[in-house]
Amino acid sequence: MADIATAPPHDARLQHHFDDPEQQREAATLGMWVFLATELLFFGGLFAAYMIYRVWYPETFGDASRTLDITLGSVNTLVLITSSLTMAFAVRAASTGQRRQLLILLAVTMMLGLVFLGIKGVEYHQKFVEHHIPGFGFHFEGTAPERANLFFSLYFAMTGLHAAHMIIGLGLLTVMFVMAARGRFSVAWHTPVELSGLYWHFVDIIWIFLFPLLYLVDRHK
Amino acid sequence: MEHVVVPRSTYFAVYAALVVLTVLTTTVAFFDLGLANPIVALSIAVLKATLVVLFFMHLKYGTRLTWVVAGASVFWLGILLLLILSDYAARVPVTV
Repeated sequence: MADIATAPPHDARLQHHFDDPEQQREAATLGMWVFLATELLFFGGLFAAYMIYRVWYPETFGDASRTLDITLGSVNTLVLITSSLTMAFAVRAASTGQRRQLLILLAVTMMLGLVFLGIKGVEYHQKFVEHHIPGFGFHFEGTAPERANLFFSLYFAMTGLHAAHMIIGLGLLTVMFVMAARGRFSVAWHTPVELSGLYWHFVDIIWIFLFPLLYLVDRHK
Repeated sequence: MEHVVVPRSTYFAVYAALVVLTVLTTTVAFFDLGLANPIVALSIAVLKATLVVLFFMHLKYGTRLTWVVAGASVFWLGILLLLILSDYAARVPVTV
């Protein structure tokens, strides 16, 4: 009991098992990077499957890829890159203690995320209309529909898993927005915003690879 | 890790590079470069990802341990992809 009175004053956010806020922050950041490493390998399985089938059926992958809407795909890439910029600025605003800016930037980032998902929805609808969704009623005009079926299975698995991550990211940012609005963050402590930012950028990186792999196969033909 | 506040100009420069590279990769895809097409596309993607990791994700300012974890994740992904590829490359061609 006596210890409490004599203990040095410290940040209420500091957990007792850390020496100082700096160590706590480093541990949290490292933990997030370890989690993102597992996420990379989670997506890695799909990238591996894609790689094998593309090596086997390069022609069909080109035929199937060209049915995707390259305008919507590239616009979506720009939307997501822009959301990464606003997210980076949001983390910056948090670290300089600019709450109003942080709230605005989080809102803009979430809006761009929703635009991305909306465009993705339009693309999925196009594929539905064209009967390019694998399963019952699948139809492909090219020479090897059963191989195109593989491409579209990968397309929906990869973009679907990516979209799921976007939705989780939007959830995280919603929590960050509420916490920021309630004044939970300070210049000294805003680790959750930083870690959410890492997650958001990671999801952006996955798309940076999905775009050329899915949309840009043999476009010159 | 130091509490870094990266200058706004750095973020804008990275953003500009990402936009230019996106336009470039889309444009190049419409030219027939043979086997170089996927190589160029993936190289540009790797470059874009590197920019995001270094600047937006602050790895450039990260601790050594963070570098080790980031490097290890790419290394393990490399094991996954390269060993699977070597397996399939050594097989008799399959036709479905």
